[in-house]
Amino acid sequence: MTRPPRQHRERALRVALPVIVFAFAVGIWAAIVNFEAIPPYVLPAPDVVLHTLITDWPILSQSLLVTLTTTVEGFFLAAIGGFGLAVLFNQSRLVEYSLYPYAVILQVTPVIAIAPLLLVYLQQPTAVLVCAWIVAFFPVLANTTLGLNSVDRNLVDLFSLYGASRMEVLWNLELPSALPYVLGGLRIAGGLSLVGAVAAEIAAGSAGAGSGLAFRIMEAEYRLNIPRMFAALFLLSVTGIVIFYLLAFINHLALRRWHESALEQER
Amino acid sequence: MPATAIKSNIPLVALRSVEKSFPSGTLALKGLDLDVRAGEFLSLLGPSGCGKSTALRIIAGLSEPTQGAVEWAATTGRTQGHRIGFVFQEPTLMPWTNVFNNVRLPLRLAGEPANRSGDRVHAALERVGLRNFSRAYPRELSGGMRMRVSIARALVTEPQLLLMDEPFAALDEITRFKLNDDLLAMWQMLRTTVVFVTHSVFESVYLSSRIAVMAARPGRVVSELAIGAPYPRDANFRTSADYAALCRRTSEALARAMAAGGET
Repeated sequence: MTRPPRQHRERALRVALPVIVFAFAVGIWAAIVNFEAIPPYVLPAPDVVLHTLITDWPILSQSLLVTLTTTVEGFFLAAIGGFGLAVLFNQSRLVEYSLYPYAVILQVTPVIAIAPLLLVYLQQPTAVLVCAWIVAFFPVLANTTLGLNSVDRNLVDLFSLYGASRMEVLWNLELPSALPYVLGGLRIAGGLSLVGAVAAEIAAGSAGAGSGLAFRIMEAEYRLNIPRMFAALFLLSVTGIVIFYLLAFINHLALRRWHESALEQER
Repeated sequence: MPATAIKSNIPLVALRSVEKSFPSGTLALKGLDLDVRAGEFLSLLGPSGCGKSTALRIIAGLSEPTQGAVEWAATTGRTQGHRIGFVFQEPTLMPWTNVFNNVRLPLRLAGEPANRSGDRVHAALERVGLRNFSRAYPRELSGGMRMRVSIARALVTEPQLLLMDEPFAALDEITRFKLNDDLLAMWQMLRTTVVFVTHSVFESVYLSSRIAVMAARPGRVVSELAIGAPYPRDANFRTSADYAALCRRTSEALARAMAAGGET
């Protein structure tokens, strides 16, 4: 399918404009640091941050790997846990009534406040993982539940007319209907599992252990190594962006043939 | 199935003094008596809110009457499997899968393996004129085509009873006329029984061999009209004096029903 030139231009703009804004912001940043002669331990120039990123790469890449591993593990556990719980709730009202309030409690209690307690009882890597999971599982649970309950009532009638079993309804009707909602939940969970991992690392870092990116930021702060703080922060941002767009891309692949959200608008 | 060629005065299914009230307290149907005779094209005609759709759902078994009974002819019945097709007001297709899989759904739920249902699905699509669209997704089709898919799905099991709940109400007139003609052709070819819910006098007269006029509050059948005009019916019938006269009679019956239901 060939796209009209108008859509091509639209796509180019969607990529070009944020890049231009970024370049502009970095330019102003560099200019201010240079003109005001701000020392690097207060505000490092962009090129200093980039230089630090390269020279500190052996340390930072190790930390990146640690944080990334926690985030990905937390994300997958959250995806499985949230999705599994939602299906379980959908199948049994009793289970839903018994457990749902506790899922909400886990969600509304700030994870940064839970983390120190978890660190008392769990090994640090496990505690960090649990934090990532706690933050990330709820959006998957809530969205999947919403999706499973948003099935076309007429289709439910049709399935019952043809004598479909509970499992057939779940597998052939409720799960496909819920897919856009599940994927929406996963997109939120991806970002949140990074937040959870970082929050737990910071809590752990003050206890003097750990080696993730958030720990590096804390450590650099104590040493007034501001350029490294920026470099680590930059890596965290990039990680978040990559996770977001990766999940958005999966979302697009899964829904492009049928769901309104993934279809290109015709004009 | 056509081998049974039951005479047209034996009820295939009958509603006996059916009453339906909803938990909200609404009394949707009361004292509803209705025979659906084998092989006929029966329309339920009435103002909105007269319980036409509720009656149809009760026949389908999607809703249980609060009182009264649904009696099936001994030779058919639910014991032999459902053999009911249902077409909703909306096409009600599964948007995540293609036309073929949508039409195959009833066979799949009946446990028929995919390699055996292919021919039947294609035959059903051929019948509604969508032979080349089996791989299309619902949203790639027009409203009329989606409704055709919905009809193909209802017919793929070759049901004894086809229940249709205002299926063409949301379509434009040109598409509706075309689908009316195609539906009549399919009904004659398949010799199935149709119960068709509508609020259009003109549509009910054009299609039906019999019309049951319903009144509201509570919903019940207040009069029945036999439409004796011979099939096949076509554009000539639609513009004939006969058709106009039948429409006038039916309109009068509907007006009386609305007066009985307390409507202005």
